[in-house]
Amino acid sequence: MPDTLLFAMEAALNGLTAGVMYALVALGFVLIFKASGIFNFAQGVMALFAALTLVGFQSGQIPFSHLINAILGTRLHHFGWNMPTLLAIPATVAVMILLAIVIERFVLKHLVNQEPIILFMATIGLAYLLEGFGDIMWGAEVKALDVGLPKGMSDTVDELTFNWFGYGFFIDRLELWAAGIAAVLVASLTIFSQYTKQGRALRAVADDHQAALSVGISLRYIWVLTWSIAGIVALVAGIMWGSKSGVQFSLSLIALKALPVLILGGFTSIPGAIVGGLIIGVGEKLFDFFMNPIIGGATENWFAYMLALVFLLFRPQGLFGEKIIERV
Amino acid sequence: MKMTRLAAAIAATMIAAGPTLAETLHFPSLSYRTGPFAAGGIPFADGYSDYLTLINERDGGIGGVPIRQTECETAYNTERGVECYQSIRGDSPLVLQPLSTGITYQLIPRTMEDGIPMHTMGYGRTSAVNGEVFNWTFNYPANYWDGASVIINYLLDENDGSLEGKKIALLYHNSAYGREPIPTLTRLAERHGYELLTIGVDSPGQEQGSQWLQIRRERPDYVVMWGWGVMNPTAIQEAANIRFPMENFIGVWWSGSQQDVLPVGAGAHGYKALAMHGTGMDYPIYEDMQRYVIDAGKYAGTGDEVGTVLYSRGMYAAMLAVEAAKKAQEIHGVAAITPAMMRDGMANLEITEELMAELGLPNFGPAFSVACENHGGSGAAMIQQWDANAGEWNLITDWIEPDRELIMEMAMEDSLAYAAENNIEPACLN
Repeated sequence: MPDTLLFAMEAALNGLTAGVMYALVALGFVLIFKASGIFNFAQGVMALFAALTLVGFQSGQIPFSHLINAILGTRLHHFGWNMPTLLAIPATVAVMILLAIVIERFVLKHLVNQEPIILFMATIGLAYLLEGFGDIMWGAEVKALDVGLPKGMSDTVDELTFNWFGYGFFIDRLELWAAGIAAVLVASLTIFSQYTKQGRALRAVADDHQAALSVGISLRYIWVLTWSIAGIVALVAGIMWGSKSGVQFSLSLIALKALPVLILGGFTSIPGAIVGGLIIGVGEKLFDFFMNPIIGGATENWFAYMLALVFLLFRPQGLFGEKIIERV
Repeated sequence: MKMTRLAAAIAATMIAAGPTLAETLHFPSLSYRTGPFAAGGIPFADGYSDYLTLINERDGGIGGVPIRQTECETAYNTERGVECYQSIRGDSPLVLQPLSTGITYQLIPRTMEDGIPMHTMGYGRTSAVNGEVFNWTFNYPANYWDGASVIINYLLDENDGSLEGKKIALLYHNSAYGREPIPTLTRLAERHGYELLTIGVDSPGQEQGSQWLQIRRERPDYVVMWGWGVMNPTAIQEAANIRFPMENFIGVWWSGSQQDVLPVGAGAHGYKALAMHGTGMDYPIYEDMQRYVIDAGKYAGTGDEVGTVLYSRGMYAAMLAVEAAKKAQEIHGVAAITPAMMRDGMANLEITEELMAELGLPNFGPAFSVACENHGGSGAAMIQQWDANAGEWNLITDWIEPDRELIMEMAMEDSLAYAAENNIEPACLN
C-alpha cells in the first residue's frame, strides 16, 4: 500500500477520535437548545468551571482562598488532604446541579416568554460571570488534571496496524477512551429520554412548551433538569480536554469547536452532534494532510467553519436538524 | 461654604497622607490576570510588582523618590492594551512593559510620538535593536532572533559543529509572535545546511493532532517551539504521546515555565527551553524579598508563584527598569525623573556581573550594555531542562552567544525598511 494512503488513513482515524472530543462539547449545546430553545454561549465556560471544581476537590484546595487571604490576611490554600477521584466526581456533579438551580432561579425564571436573542444574551452574561466566579473560587493558575485515564500512543493499535500494513498507526489512548465514554453518554441520554418519566417530560417540553405546560409538566423543573444534564456533559468534556493539556482558562474556548459541529449536525439532534463532530474531525485532518504542502499548515480552526458555511448553503437545518417549514 | 471647607479638608488630608503624584516615579504594569493567557500573565505581573514593592519598602524608592505602581488589565488583547496605554499616557509613565508582541506593534508608533519609553524584554519587534530608528523602544537583554540563533548554536555544539543533513521542525504559534524566528532560522539553514520544516498552530493551540502526525511522518531530528499559553503543554503532551525524544525538543523562553510542563506530568521529563535569566530561589535577593515583601504581606497576587520562571522574569524586568531609572537620575542629576530622562537611562544602561551580584542576583542575567546602535543587549541565553522527578528546571549550559553579526544585519534591513515606510530619519537621540 502506498505511504500516502497509509498516512491519510492514519489522519482519518485520528480525525474520528478528535471528532468525538468536539462532539462531547457540542452535546451540551444540543441538550439545552433542544429543551429550551436557548443557544447556551456559556457551555464552554461550564466545562471550564466543572474541570476547575473537580481539580479543586481532588487537590483539597480551599475555595475562594485568594479572596479570604486578601481580606483576612491569612495564608490559606489547601485543606491538607486530597479527595479521591471517585468522590470528587460526584461532588462536582452536585456543584453543577446546584449551578443549574441557581441559573434557573436567578436568570431563566425571569426571562420566560422572552425572545431567543434575549436568552442568548443572558447566556453571554452568564459566561462572563461564571468565568470570573471560577477565577475567584479556584484561581487562574494552570492545574494538572488526572482522573486515571491512560494517555499516550496505543501500542495495540500500533502493533495491529503494523502487522496489517507494515506501518503502525498513532492513536492517543485518551481519545479512544473519550470515544468509549461518549458512546456510554449518548446511550445513557437515549435511555433516559426514552424510558424514564423525566425523560419523557423533557421530550414533551422540547416538542411543545405550551402543550407540556397544559398537561402539568413544570417548565422550571425541566429547565433545572436540562441544565443539570448539560452541566454533567460539560464535566465530561472538561475532564477529557483538561486531561489533554491541563485545566486553564483557555479551556472555555473549546466551545468554538462546537459551533461548526452543531451547524453540521443540527442544533436539536444528539446523533447529529456525534456525526457532525466526526465529519469535522475527519474533514479537518484530511484537509490538513492533503493541503498542507500547498497552502501551509494551521488550517484546523478555519476549515471547520468553512465546511459549516458550505453546509449552511445547502442544508441550513443541519444533517439531523428539524426541517424548517415556513408557511405563508 | 461647607463644601469649600470639606474640599480643603480633603486636600489637606491628601497632602498629609503622602507624596504627591509628581513626587513619585510611576511604573505602570500592563498585565493580564484574566482570559486564556492569565496563567502566564499572573506570575510575571506578580514578580514585576513585588520587586518594585521591595525597592519601596527596603530602599524608600529610587533615589529617595517612592515608586507608584498602577496596573491595567489587557487580557492579552491588543485593543485593550491600546486602551490601557491611552488611559495612562498622560500620567508620566516612566516605562511601558506590554508583555505582548501584538500590543507592542501597536504601541511603537504611539510611544514614539508621545515620548514614552517601552521595554519589550524577549518579545516584540526584533528589529527594535536598532535604536537609531526605534528611539523609544528597547528589547534588551535578548530578542526572538537571538533566541533562534542561540538554539542553533546549542545544537551545533551538540552535533560536533555541524548540522549538515539534519532536519529541524519549527512548531510555531500562528501569529506575529510565532512567525518571528522564521527569517532567522531560514538564513541559518542556508548557512549550516540543515532542512527547516515550519509547522503552524492556530491560537490558542489546544488541538495539535495534525501537526504532531506530520512530525511523526517527517521524523525531524529536532523540534523547536515558539508557543505561548495552552499551546505549550499541549505540544509537550503530544510529543510525549508520539514518543518524540524529549531531549530533542527545545522551546523558546516563552515555552519554558512551570505552567508548560506541570500539566503533562512525567511525560515532560527532559524537555528543554531557552532561559534568558536564572530561576529558582537560590539567589540572595529572596532573603530581602521574604523579609520586606512576603512576610510583611505586601506581595502581589497570592504569593505562591515566588521563584517560578515567569515570576523571575517579571522580577528581572522590574530590576532592569529600576537600574535604568537610577542611571537616568545619575545622568540628569534629578531624582524625580521624567519619561524622557528614563529613556536616556535605558539608552545608557550598563549591567555588569558585579552589579548583578550587588543586587543579590549573581549570574541571574547576562552582563550587557545598551547603546543607540544596540538597544538589544547581549542576546545571550542559557538552556534549561525540566526534571519531572524533582519538579524543577535545571540550567544545563552557561550563557550561549547568538550569531549577532547576522542578526544585526537582518535587524538593520528590517528597521531601515520600517524607517522608510514611516518617514523616519534614522538618528540617535543622544
